[in-house]
Amino acid sequence: MQWEAVIGLEVHVQLATESKIFSGASTRFGAEPNTQACVIDLGMPGVLPVLNEKAVEMAVQFGLAVNANIPQRSYFERKNYFYPDLPKGYQTSQMAEPIVGPGYLDIPLEEGSKRVRIHHAHLEEDAGKSLHEDFHGMTGVDLNRAGTPLLEIVSEPEMNSAKEAVAYLKGIHSIVTYLGISDGNMAEGSLRCDANVSVRPKGQKELGTRCEIKNVNSFRFVEKAINHEIERQIELIEDGGRVVQETRLYDPDLDETRSMRTKEEANDYRYFPCPDLLPVELDTAYIQHLKEGLPELPDQKRQRFTEQLGLSDYDAGVLSASRALADYFDRVTEICGDAKLAANWVTGELSAQLNRDSLDLQQAPVAPEQLAGLLKRLLDDTINGKAAKQVFAALWAGEGHTADDIIEAKGLKQVTDTGAIEAIIDDVLAQNQAQVDQYKAAEADKRGKMIGFFVGQVMKASKGTANPQTVNQLLKDKLG
Amino acid sequence: MINLSLTQMAHGLASGDFSSTELTQAFLDRIAKHSQLNAFISVTAEEALKEAAAADQRISQGKASPLTGIPLAHKDIFCTQGVKTSCGSKILDNFVAPYSATVVERLAAAGMVSLGKTNLDEFAMGSSNESSFYGPVKNPWNAQAVPGGSSGGSAAAVAARLVPAATGTDTGGSIRQPAAFCGITGIKPTYGRVSRWGMIAYASSLDQGGPMARSAEDCALLLKEMAGFDQRDSTSIQRCVPDYPALLQEPLQGLKIGLPKEYFGSDLNPEMKACLDTAVKELEKLGAQVLEVSLPLTRLAIPAYYVIAPAEASSNLSRFDGVRFGYRCEDPKDLEDLYKRSRSEGFGPEVKRRILIGTYALSEGFYDAYYRKAQQLRRMITEDFQKTLNEVDLLLAPTTPTPAFDLGSKTSDPVQMYLEDIYTLGVNLAGLPAMSVPAGQVSGRPVGMQLIGNHFDEGRLLNVAHQFQQVTDHHLQAPELD
Amino acid sequence: MTLEAEELHKVAHLARLTLEPEAVKDYAQALSNILDLVDEMQAIDTDQVQPMAHPLDATQRLRIDEVTETVDPEYLQAGAPATEKGLYLVPRVVE
Repeated sequence: MQWEAVIGLEVHVQLATESKIFSGASTRFGAEPNTQACVIDLGMPGVLPVLNEKAVEMAVQFGLAVNANIPQRSYFERKNYFYPDLPKGYQTSQMAEPIVGPGYLDIPLEEGSKRVRIHHAHLEEDAGKSLHEDFHGMTGVDLNRAGTPLLEIVSEPEMNSAKEAVAYLKGIHSIVTYLGISDGNMAEGSLRCDANVSVRPKGQKELGTRCEIKNVNSFRFVEKAINHEIERQIELIEDGGRVVQETRLYDPDLDETRSMRTKEEANDYRYFPCPDLLPVELDTAYIQHLKEGLPELPDQKRQRFTEQLGLSDYDAGVLSASRALADYFDRVTEICGDAKLAANWVTGELSAQLNRDSLDLQQAPVAPEQLAGLLKRLLDDTINGKAAKQVFAALWAGEGHTADDIIEAKGLKQVTDTGAIEAIIDDVLAQNQAQVDQYKAAEADKRGKMIGFFVGQVMKASKGTANPQTVNQLLKDKLG
Repeated sequence: MINLSLTQMAHGLASGDFSSTELTQAFLDRIAKHSQLNAFISVTAEEALKEAAAADQRISQGKASPLTGIPLAHKDIFCTQGVKTSCGSKILDNFVAPYSATVVERLAAAGMVSLGKTNLDEFAMGSSNESSFYGPVKNPWNAQAVPGGSSGGSAAAVAARLVPAATGTDTGGSIRQPAAFCGITGIKPTYGRVSRWGMIAYASSLDQGGPMARSAEDCALLLKEMAGFDQRDSTSIQRCVPDYPALLQEPLQGLKIGLPKEYFGSDLNPEMKACLDTAVKELEKLGAQVLEVSLPLTRLAIPAYYVIAPAEASSNLSRFDGVRFGYRCEDPKDLEDLYKRSRSEGFGPEVKRRILIGTYALSEGFYDAYYRKAQQLRRMITEDFQKTLNEVDLLLAPTTPTPAFDLGSKTSDPVQMYLEDIYTLGVNLAGLPAMSVPAGQVSGRPVGMQLIGNHFDEGRLLNVAHQFQQVTDHHLQAPELD
Repeated sequence: MTLEAEELHKVAHLARLTLEPEAVKDYAQALSNILDLVDEMQAIDTDQVQPMAHPLDATQRLRIDEVTETVDPEYLQAGAPATEKGLYLVPRVVE
């Protein structure tokens, strides 16, 4: 039997506000336990929430970026359940009327792009953290994270493979980082994902029973966990079993999912409108204002890179994947004026170096202005490609501030003076009479390869400063 | 000294007839002497005398404001930094609030001297003050009678002259009903008028703090300080606070008062009805025009309220879980045990009943039939009030159907207790301001007259009550204590 | 309407309350009486009525995004039942 997987994702994005969604406590990551949990975050008796305007703004920006309907009115509800990391015994969230209505995201796939619809996105508060290391058999609770604003983005169940799910998640990641509404740091939990997975015989209309997989917090784990779950469900059905609706936890160490609770054990959350908060109303002027202020988004960038700058689909894809990289590239292009060259260097030498040194783009020792300065010298033939790589390495190592300083200091300026090059060539030919004879005796079609030897010798003798094209031409003339 | 109005006290302090320290000590002595009333949960004598000394200094420097140096007490539902805030519950018996309620801060900033925290029904859930972990409060008029609830400690303390004024909160009548039972004056302002920050929530969309004192004039002085926008409360209203004391002298000529006929039906004790008839005549003499109006949904305020309030309470009280503050059971064997025993041992039966009812009303399959239905009725009840208040300036009604009932007479059946609230609940559902004013006595137990106004019409209510109190002396009656 | 013991236990569990076996009957009776009272609502046709969550027709005010709270965990934890190294302790949570 042919099976089809159906996947829906719930993505939780921590919004990059200074203060919490309902209190004035800091949202900074990594502080000492409970030093950022104020009386409101602790759910002390008598405290009250007041909504953070930035959280609203960020949610609306996201909505606009995924072409969503932004309703004029939304309101907060309470989701009631008991857990030590949930101080009030309820999570303030949205259910019936969320801040972001239906939208969509186009995800790039090998076979073309696919539109995944977004059901809605809503604002809610994050919970604290339970630390299970041993406190005499007790669990420790840190409520610093409690009250951090979250945007939960709920997709329609219309992805059909782990690859699609990952592409969707990457798309969301790239939008939220582009907008600057989240740092998107999955390792620190700024972006988290739950996956609803079901399988059905190919061609069947109705959905199979789904399982929700919690705790898949890296792109790699999303792919592995979903693939694993799809296999588990297919095997289960093929062995005559039935999928039970349940919540499963992914364990990356064992690469398996295990049951947390079944539907029967599921909570009755008793949602009802939060009486401490009033309905949020957004006027059209406000929404329009935010719309006009949206930055260029990944899709638009990719399009501009291919259509206006003539980059390949591949380069445009790589460069637009992160706003930082795209901005870097745009800056280099702006100064040096050659988009293709800039793209080659940003996706090539720069990315390779970052990789080698395990650095983020923000930590790169070479600023876009410095790289652009280098490329300008390449473009005006001051240096050749080989020297350019040396200059780049020197800039990276901090040996000079500008490409020009380094070219000067290292004497890498390209020699284009034919007289000087001719002198070197004459020397080289004189010292390698045997090779000259061989060359002259060779068939025309073999000569192309043989000339490489002389070019190499000349370049070596010039310490790499000779213009290779000039060398090539002069050699051909001289050897006849 | 103890029978003076707040204005008279201010004069006495300003002219040096007595000091705030003397005044404070006099009331502290009375609190100690009449502790059998059980009106207080905490008395903060030491701090009070310090505050009084500071007030005396400000007065001598000529820096006093109208309430500087005057004692008051806070219902133990308002958080007071550094002082136990129990909310009448075992679960908070060890809770010392790390911050103060806005109301507490404002009255302190006005120079008032806090003598302590008054007793109340546990988490303000009750109409008789019998659900308090600290035991029932006695009605100063009759030790067999309840003082009303939930602000029973505040009402009894003011009536017994243990304190000249106190704060209260009113979710379904908890200022007005005890004020009526104890023969004092109390006002529940418009929802959103007084900040709820630091006021431990029972039912957030209904709760509202307000003053309880011996006269409308005193209430006007207190409300002026308590009311006002607070950015820490999302439901606080951004609107200027009128100068309530300045409005007290307005003549009542031409004022249209509506008597909702449903409030004068067979539920109402006939002798109380007679008291109210007399009161109405007094108001007519003052120039008011009285007409009958109708609020047909009056009775339905009871079921609507007893769904909405418990539903909100069931969620508001989830934070009392034995983890971060308050009571924790001994040796919990696991997390569930910690939650269940801490809460079951920490909460009293009435609180548990309301949590259970509220949880049930919100649970899957019942939400529409109970919670949603109650919210729909809430709108209908509110619209009824609005319609009526478009025809008249204010409504006059009894505060309660009977005078204070006997201790223990209604504890066996919660429904009997809930029915007592029939005249006060609708106002909370609609968010309207209302007050209770003494209007006589039946067999030595005070009778309360309720005035209900349109949103933000506290000034008019206080004005009418004050004019009434200029021509009557019900509010000047004091219980004889042994 | 009568609330069955089983239903009562389910609700009690949701609310994290334990009812003493000897008190179950009383609670069931009291709650059933309350539900009878509450059921008076069902006589009214509310089909066309919008539910009302707040007494005033106001909308949410927004706070400027700035850090205004300073936190002293030691002070806030002074009354906590059990803490260690700044953490609140609870019986081991099994995921």
